[in-house]
Amino acid sequence: MRIEPVFTKPKYRKGTALRVAVIGGLGIVLFAALFLRLWSLQVVTGSEYLAEAKDNQTREVTVRAPRGSILDRDGNILVDNRTSMALELDPLLIPTDPIERRSRFTALAEVLSRDLSWVQNRYQEELKTNPPGSPITLLRDADDDIVYYLQEKQSSYPEVLVNRVFVRRYPDSYRAAHLLGSVGEVSAEDLEEAENRNLKAGDSLGKAGIEQTYDRILRGENGLTRIQVDSLGRVTGQLQSKVPEPGDSLRLTIDPEVQAAGEAALSSIGLPGAFVTMDVTNGEILGMASNPTFDPSIFTKPLSQEEVDGLWGEDQNAPMFNRAIGGAYPVGSVYKPITAIAGLDAGAITPSTVIQDNGLIKISDQVFTNAGREPHGPVDLRRAMEVSSDVYFYLLGADLNGTGKLQYWSRQFGIGETTGIDLPGESGGLLPTPSWRNDLFARGETDRPWAVGDNVQLAIGQGDMQADPLQMAVAYAALGNGGSIVKPHTVLRSEDAAGRVVAEYQPVINRTIEINPVAREAIMGGLHDAAQAPDGTSYGVFGGFPIRVAGKTGTAERPPNGDQAWYVILAPYPSPEIVTAVTVEQGGFGADTAAPIALQVLSAYFNREARAVSGGGNAE
Amino acid sequence: MESSRMPRHGSRRYLPKVGLLERVGLRDMDGWLTFSALGLLVCSIYTLAQTGAEVVAGTPEYFPQRQAVYGLVGIVAMIAIARIDYSRFRELRVGIYTFLCASILIIFVFGVTSRGSTQSLSLPFFTFQPAEMGKLLLVLSLAGFVIDGARRGLESQRTLRYLAIGLVPTGMVLLQDLGTSLVYGAITIAIMVAAGVRWSHFAVIGAGLITFIAVVLVAMPMAGVPVLKEYQQDRLTSFLSPTSDIGGAGYQQNQAKVAAGSGGTTGRGNQATQSRLGFVPERHTDFIFAVVAERYGFVGAALVLSLFALLFWRALRLMTLSKNFYGTLVAAGIASAIMFQVFVNVGMNLGIMPITGIPLPLMSYGGSAVIATFLMIGVLQSIHIQTRAGQRGPWSQ
Repeated sequence: MRIEPVFTKPKYRKGTALRVAVIGGLGIVLFAALFLRLWSLQVVTGSEYLAEAKDNQTREVTVRAPRGSILDRDGNILVDNRTSMALELDPLLIPTDPIERRSRFTALAEVLSRDLSWVQNRYQEELKTNPPGSPITLLRDADDDIVYYLQEKQSSYPEVLVNRVFVRRYPDSYRAAHLLGSVGEVSAEDLEEAENRNLKAGDSLGKAGIEQTYDRILRGENGLTRIQVDSLGRVTGQLQSKVPEPGDSLRLTIDPEVQAAGEAALSSIGLPGAFVTMDVTNGEILGMASNPTFDPSIFTKPLSQEEVDGLWGEDQNAPMFNRAIGGAYPVGSVYKPITAIAGLDAGAITPSTVIQDNGLIKISDQVFTNAGREPHGPVDLRRAMEVSSDVYFYLLGADLNGTGKLQYWSRQFGIGETTGIDLPGESGGLLPTPSWRNDLFARGETDRPWAVGDNVQLAIGQGDMQADPLQMAVAYAALGNGGSIVKPHTVLRSEDAAGRVVAEYQPVINRTIEINPVAREAIMGGLHDAAQAPDGTSYGVFGGFPIRVAGKTGTAERPPNGDQAWYVILAPYPSPEIVTAVTVEQGGFGADTAAPIALQVLSAYFNREARAVSGGGNAE
Repeated sequence: MESSRMPRHGSRRYLPKVGLLERVGLRDMDGWLTFSALGLLVCSIYTLAQTGAEVVAGTPEYFPQRQAVYGLVGIVAMIAIARIDYSRFRELRVGIYTFLCASILIIFVFGVTSRGSTQSLSLPFFTFQPAEMGKLLLVLSLAGFVIDGARRGLESQRTLRYLAIGLVPTGMVLLQDLGTSLVYGAITIAIMVAAGVRWSHFAVIGAGLITFIAVVLVAMPMAGVPVLKEYQQDRLTSFLSPTSDIGGAGYQQNQAKVAAGSGGTTGRGNQATQSRLGFVPERHTDFIFAVVAERYGFVGAALVLSLFALLFWRALRLMTLSKNFYGTLVAAGIASAIMFQVFVNVGMNLGIMPITGIPLPLMSYGGSAVIATFLMIGVLQSIHIQTRAGQRGPWSQ
């Protein structure tokens, strides 16, 4: 017999079924909401979120292009790059709380042996110039021990990133510092300029010299790496990248031996001064230096106060200033060839015109004297050049007053205007003219109008006129090459990273001036005698020089300073290849300080050309 | 449905041998309930195993292994508690309730602080969160008090009594963790609904709750008395205006939402960068659902949700099957607790609920929660077993 199981029916209370239905209904509603949301999120709008997720995980990192090198004429490296460690701060990891940030910065400043204010200033400056969220460069060229210390203690300094960057390297430290210029981090003002629109904060930019002029060639093009990062920004993989294009290198016109000789000679004199050596036919600068000079490598790091004082301090004679292209000095007797050509053109003299030089002359109640009142007796043009007779040129200046010929020829030779050299910071000097002074007088900025004395002064490169060594080199080059005003330049060609020529500099002749060949011959002869005839002003320096040269001394009064020494020389005579212009502040007589420097430079040049030179250095 | 199976049970009755399954009580357990719980545990371990290397570099097996151990402990606990007649808990209600309150209180003395809230006890092998276990304890004791006092006092007095019993532990937990206390509140309300408390009383409770929240969130902070902890305020305000704090709580929730959304229909597998690269916070605990949704897409996430729906349905079904009203109330409390946690957690992963720190039952990594949930399911199994036993008659056991 089957025993039927006792079947106890669940006893429901009144209304329990409804309560179960309410809880169950609520559950269905909530589950439905979740399913619906899941559906809309994943299936309907999934692709949008996928795009967002993919965007989330990638960061674009700029890979800096190495800057092109700068080489001298022979291919020796003047500037190239080395890699260095830059300390950067991750803006996302810098505490927003000012007190906490202050304590982090204090700890960091201690590691870097700097003040808290230094770190804060760097931070504020960088914040101003950088796009939001980009790393803040604290120190561009950090010392190895600091880098290692920070990397060991990464957990204590989570906000510090160490990045490999390129920093300029100068193998010969001071060599050609003014020519090369410097590289610095791009500033906010730089970024506003249209030509820099491809630059970003943190990039480098040429700030002076060749680095500035040829920045676009040297700069190259930064690469881009897309990296995958996690939520903390740690790199987890590399996705794709654009390889950086290194900047092109520049091959300069600089002759290493001429440059080295000029720099050594300048610094041995120990006075502020400059020299330029240029090819007279095409304007190639073979050497250029300014004294005092500076070490360009200090610009790879933020400057210390000591370094700032050393560069811009009041008693430092402005070492950053390139006197070869920016100095504005009266040039003294060096000016006389220009006066002579003006006089010949105006018909005031002929090469054979003889003037009695008694050592002094009175022009409209004013007495003008030779140096030391020394009388030179009867002098023609050639003789006047040789012995540097001031009286001869005083008379010429007086004769030419009112004709405008002296100013015309001065302008023809480039006085009062820039030469157009491919370096920033060039000065045009000053060419005094009657209208210039009369205008000044009309405005009450000077005590008197133009007078004949002004022209007399200009005739011997005195008074208000000002020029720099480069301008004088260009003027003498025109005399030497027969009338071509060349555009001086420092770059021969650009080369890519493999050394292939990218572009070659085409020499430019700014203008050609007509110099009477007879006049030119007389003047050149006079200059030759001045250097190498026994009565010549610089015979003591160049008398024994085995190459025939044509050189002129200059000694300009430059109150309140001491006399400005000048020497400009064309060599070889009579068909010059090069011109060298030297000036020394407070150098006294041109033959004492400036000419010996020129001698060193010329020796280096002609040594190099294997034209046997020996014992040329009798600077007596 | 039940009656169709009856002949099989009837015939079994005559078998002289008692199998192992009968002996451990597994045969009369609800198969679908067991299936859904084990299925969720497997999903959890699988997900943790696939993402372990991203969370703990070096020891990728750390989380899945520990979760598996917790799961095993939980399964044993489930079987053990299933074999006990749940009605016994009704008799022990005072003891259970006292233990519940004491275990919460002890946290204030010996608690370990983690992630801004103190809710764990440090035990020799793991940190134990009494508040997780307390969910079940509250269900068992509150349901007991409801049955016990069902015929005493006026209806409104009874409502107040239930409310008071529920709110004491809820309030104590609120001081430790907002999310857990919300679960306690949900349990209290659910049991009261199932107990037949008048709807008008709920209206009054609702009005009181709104007033309370207004005082706590608006009036008291204005008076200079902060009630919510800073991180709790952050989470709430960031949910209301998610873009206000990139990198903060709103940012994290947005990243979780982006992760879930980017999974699409079939998921991104190992290309799941949002979770793999750490944009999703708390990948192994609170935001594991976003990880599932990104890796396995709608297919995987819907599977997990379906398992929860199955679990909820089986718990709901036990409300109607239970041999006594205590079982109905217990099933209501457990079903609501699980439902509430799933909704709040998944809602937070999908960006429709604020971040409250409620784990996803059986999915989120964590010993206390996993074992406590299995215990809850064990009690549900007990209700099922007792119903079956009652259906078969007293001699079959």
